[in-house]
Amino acid sequence: MPVSKATLTRIQEVAARYPSKQSAIIPALWAVQHEQGYVTEAAMGEIAQALQLPPSLIEATASFYSMFLTRPEGRHDVVICVNAPCMLRGADEMKDYLQRALGVRDGQTTSDGAITWHSTIECLGVCGGAPMMQVDHQFEENLTPERIDAIIDRLRKQPAIHGAAATPAATDPKKPQAVPPVKGEKVRSGAEGARARGKRSQA
Amino acid sequence: MGIKRVLTKDFATENLRQVSVYERTGGYTGFKKALEMQPDDLVELVKKSGLRGRGGAGFPTGNKWSFVPKNAPRPTYLLCNADESEPGTFKDRVIIEKDPHLLIEGMIISAFAIGSCPMAYIYIRGEFYYGATVLDAALEEARAKGFLGKGIFGSSFDFDITVHRGAGAYICGEETGLIESVEGHRGQPRVKPPFPAVVGVFGGPTVVNNVETLACVPFIINKGAEWFKSFGTPKNTGPKLYCVSGSVKKPGVYEFPMGMNLKELIYDHCGGITGDRKLKAVIPGGASAPMLTADEIDLPLNFDAVMKAGSMLGSAGIIVLDESVCIVDAVWRLAKFFAHESCGQCTPCREGTNWMESVLDRLERGEGRPQDADLLLDMSDNIGGKSLCALGDAAIGPVISSVKKFRDEYLHHVTHKSCLPETKRYRRLDMAVAAH
Ligand SMILES: Cc1cc2nc3c(=O)[nH]c(=O)nc-3n(C[C@H](O)[C@H](O)[C@H](O)COP(=O)(O)O)c2cc1C
Ligand code: SF4
Ligand code: FES
Repeated sequence: MPVSKATLTRIQEVAARYPSKQSAIIPALWAVQHEQGYVTEAAMGEIAQALQLPPSLIEATASFYSMFLTRPEGRHDVVICVNAPCMLRGADEMKDYLQRALGVRDGQTTSDGAITWHSTIECLGVCGGAPMMQVDHQFEENLTPERIDAIIDRLRKQPAIHGAAATPAATDPKKPQAVPPVKGEKVRSGAEGARARGKRSQA
Repeated sequence: MGIKRVLTKDFATENLRQVSVYERTGGYTGFKKALEMQPDDLVELVKKSGLRGRGGAGFPTGNKWSFVPKNAPRPTYLLCNADESEPGTFKDRVIIEKDPHLLIEGMIISAFAIGSCPMAYIYIRGEFYYGATVLDAALEEARAKGFLGKGIFGSSFDFDITVHRGAGAYICGEETGLIESVEGHRGQPRVKPPFPAVVGVFGGPTVVNNVETLACVPFIINKGAEWFKSFGTPKNTGPKLYCVSGSVKKPGVYEFPMGMNLKELIYDHCGGITGDRKLKAVIPGGASAPMLTADEIDLPLNFDAVMKAGSMLGSAGIIVLDESVCIVDAVWRLAKFFAHESCGQCTPCREGTNWMESVLDRLERGEGRPQDADLLLDMSDNIGGKSLCALGDAAIGPVISSVKKFRDEYLHHVTHKSCLPETKRYRRLDMAVAAH
């Protein structure tokens, strides 16, 4: 599936807000993921072309960040935090409940393709509302089994939130103010970096 | 309650996110006042206020600004650190979502004070999608008002702000990891020196400040350094947000002056311990901060006092653990977090954090060995101070302190192959927890 013209144009606009076009890699990956739900190798190639950078550079950056998906998942993404602050408020019990309610293991997608879920020790920055989970772009706090049931019900009926409409204005500057490019800009090779960090690629 | 709120005073105001409402509460007056002043005087004022960074290290903000060289060959950049990923920390998101213009105003003033700064970036963690949209909407309004753009209010000051979303990496909260990430690279910290104030993002001098730090700036300009110093003690000044999580009846973000008493905060304001159980330990400054025991908490929460007590105020993420919590389980999760988030550049941190996690894991599983407690201390010794960035040191904070303060509980895991009888078994061993 080729990246849409609108997204490619947006990527160019974002790039104008940085003195180095490499800075647009992460916003570009977001723009593509919001349009398509994940970022394929081919899409990375298109980003590379749009930014006139070697494709290896896009891949090297993308693989470091755990939120970029490289393959399709369920229509909705559910992440439950089980780090210590959440554990102290019953996150493990909620996680068990979620797993039973969805009937698939950590990291998997329900058979109807509605929900992919996983637990995480990456604190999601909402410890005060624990137990909590992230549902697509929203935080659901103070979870109870009843609330989890209601959320799952809602998600099973709801279409995916990914798509052109989901792209935040962050990547849509109306009046981009160009910044002068840096002279002698350093371009990094993809081989740099000790290891890939993508959580799904580890699994 | 008679407590003067500053940062959160208008949070209950409806539609505070709209620029017109924000202006009605007195917003953007600090900005207008600042534009009439000399940048150097602004830096001096912030220095005098005693403002110290709220991102973790407590570094004096005015001093940081004054390290930026004048007439550097490249533009200076301001980076707002909104990565907020330290377990137990959830204050910056509240400012961003409730009062985005406060942050924006603080950033405009700061950029003007620092000088030759054409653009600032707000590095917001990828999960804060909603926060990013709130900021974008607010920025659009600020541009329409002429608070951002070319020749702001008829001055020669050109300045704009861009929201840069992260994508899931704690290490991008470290200032040089953040710089790498803004440049579009993997978020791997740089060797310091050179410090960012001299060579940072895009090769220019760079100031990295936390959201809450920048949010303090408009008040300092408006009300003066002396007023700011009326909160707290001479070396620890200003209003402060405290994030309280874990075993308390009323968790949440609380604003009090710097130096709030930890015991009072937990018992008088957060409703005490869940189920009226006994307090076991408190982590006062986010996951990186060493633990305090129940009898160490009669303590003012300011940078110096908490450090003197052997821990750190850090991001003021206060994690409360009650008697039903297994210390090994809690520390294992924190260790797993650091192992997962290590960027992998330096061997002691990459290997050490993983080893620590697996030793804690086997202890919790009842497969621990008698020497494991000492082994953990020994490993900590080999990570601390031997890594490139502060993540290595952060990772050992909870481990060392818990082994030293709860050694009996560690030993119980070895001799009885199980947790203390009074602790709840949070962890289900039949299932891989947090495989991701
Ligand atoms: C591993 C690591 C993670 C960090 N994460 C954050 C963070 O999420 N937010 C933050 O403001 N500072 C974080 N810091 C501290 C920053 O490096 C930096 O000191 C801070 O943003 C400076 O801002 P301040 O002077 O206003 O506190 C982190 C530091 C380390 C070592
Ligand atoms: S200490 Fe850890 S996180 Fe920091 S640079 Fe080294 S490996 Fe990366
Ligand atoms: S520990 Fe779960 S959101 Fe912070």
